[in-house]
Amino acid sequence: MPAIPRPFPDSASFAPTFAAGFAPMSARRLYVFAGIALIAGGLLFGDIFAVFILHQNAARQGEALIAASRAIAAGNAVAVNESFSHLGNVLEDRGTKVDAHAHMIGVGYLALLLALVQPYIALSRRTKKSLAALFIAGGVLLPVGIFLIHYIGLTGSPFSAIGWASVLADSAGALLILVLILQAWGFWKYVRSRQMSEPELPDQDSMSHRALLTGGTILILLGFLHGAYYAGALLYEHERMETAILQRLISAATVGNLDAATAEINNFGNLAGARAVNIAAHAHIIEFGLLAMLLSFVQPFVFLSEKWKRRWVKLLLGGSVILPVFVLLELKLGMLAGGIADIGGLMVMVSLVGMLVGILRYSGGLDVAETDLAEADAAEDA
Amino acid sequence: MTGSRKLLILGGMAFAALGMLYGLQYALLVEHQTLDHMGGSLSQSFAAAASRNAGESRAALEQYGETKYDYVRQVDAHSHWIGLATLMIVLGVIFERVNFSEGIRQLVAFSLLAGSALFPLAVILQTYHHGAVWKALAVFGSGLVIAALAATAWGFARPGTTG
Repeated sequence: MPAIPRPFPDSASFAPTFAAGFAPMSARRLYVFAGIALIAGGLLFGDIFAVFILHQNAARQGEALIAASRAIAAGNAVAVNESFSHLGNVLEDRGTKVDAHAHMIGVGYLALLLALVQPYIALSRRTKKSLAALFIAGGVLLPVGIFLIHYIGLTGSPFSAIGWASVLADSAGALLILVLILQAWGFWKYVRSRQMSEPELPDQDSMSHRALLTGGTILILLGFLHGAYYAGALLYEHERMETAILQRLISAATVGNLDAATAEINNFGNLAGARAVNIAAHAHIIEFGLLAMLLSFVQPFVFLSEKWKRRWVKLLLGGSVILPVFVLLELKLGMLAGGIADIGGLMVMVSLVGMLVGILRYSGGLDVAETDLAEADAAEDA
Repeated sequence: MTGSRKLLILGGMAFAALGMLYGLQYALLVEHQTLDHMGGSLSQSFAAAASRNAGESRAALEQYGETKYDYVRQVDAHSHWIGLATLMIVLGVIFERVNFSEGIRQLVAFSLLAGSALFPLAVILQTYHHGAVWKALAVFGSGLVIAALAATAWGFARPGTTG
């Protein structure tokens, strides 16, 4: 059966000036691949955490507080300390996982950002590539170190409060700072010389680019407005409520009123839930807005037909709205909303992987074209 | 490269490095001790209640509230500085697509820069003084950022081009 020739997607171009900005193993290519992979990995980790750990962890926090209230009623200070030791462990388990998720995605954003500004970094190609490799190493080690803090603890550490996993995470953070400072120095050199070190991203006016740019800006603006509303209307109220609930919990437990103490623990859990969903919705809608804007720049590298590019864009923007909206609705709809929010995260992740496949196709096509050109030149010379 | 783009990219890089340095020093020198203190105060409050020492219990709970108030703001300042820096750099790359004159673009870029500096700074200063001044400054800083972003969105949506 004869092979059916497949047309190249019309939106992708292998113009020489553009190809020079996406050369094999160039800093820009490393940042784009690593950035999208880190963001997709961070989202996957976040979804797994939300489904399998988050709610179970909240239940364990409630159990620890109930045990502490029972210990107060029994007048047993030693049991109180044991309950809090357990509670601290549960909170560390949750906190390090949230931080690993957030830092992995944050570093992914920074990687995409650095891919954009590479033309304005007046450093040699080799230096830029080395910096990209260092950045990726720091970006991978930082969330790994944070994740391990809970499991390694202070084992074998010479410090009183900092374990080896923290040392790893802090060292990785320092590496990222060093790379950023060197990038800023490279940018300063560009400002002085006004010589671009590689071609800028080409101007584009595709639907996928415009939708991501406009949609991203609107998502960020909505996130800022929600954050302003939360800080103005709820933050200080929630802080006052937390101390008041704990005071009532302690008073009820002291007089042996265990039902009232349990009711206050439920209030405490509801308050913690209200804070968590507001902060998560605020953070996620802004992060997804920024992600959409960043991805709008790499659309020329996505070697897919315009129809497929639009599909991934719609999926990404749809997921970017569904996740924060349904995270907020968890307070009213409970687990159903949580499940829908997780699907929103999955939509964003799938669209990211779809775009990454398109970028891999682009770079593969570019490399093959360059190899063919080199072979043709060699044959001509012979 | 126009002045507004330079302002956003250089300012964004400076804020990203500043936010990370602030976070690093906080993680190394303050965070672990703060978390220990926060957990210790709450635990002490409950333990004092178990020993029927209401005064000590209340004092420890107040200490917990104050430590948590500081901790939340320190972490918020760190994350907001880096987040706003990221946004400034992204906008810096495409700011010429904001369809206003360069003069207005510079004003918008400066508002974003000033708001991004003031908002997290005012949040940190609230840990030293709980008065209304720093809250007002934080509101002003965040207002500048929101206004600048709204203007940017409007500029993206406006038809026509200005170089």
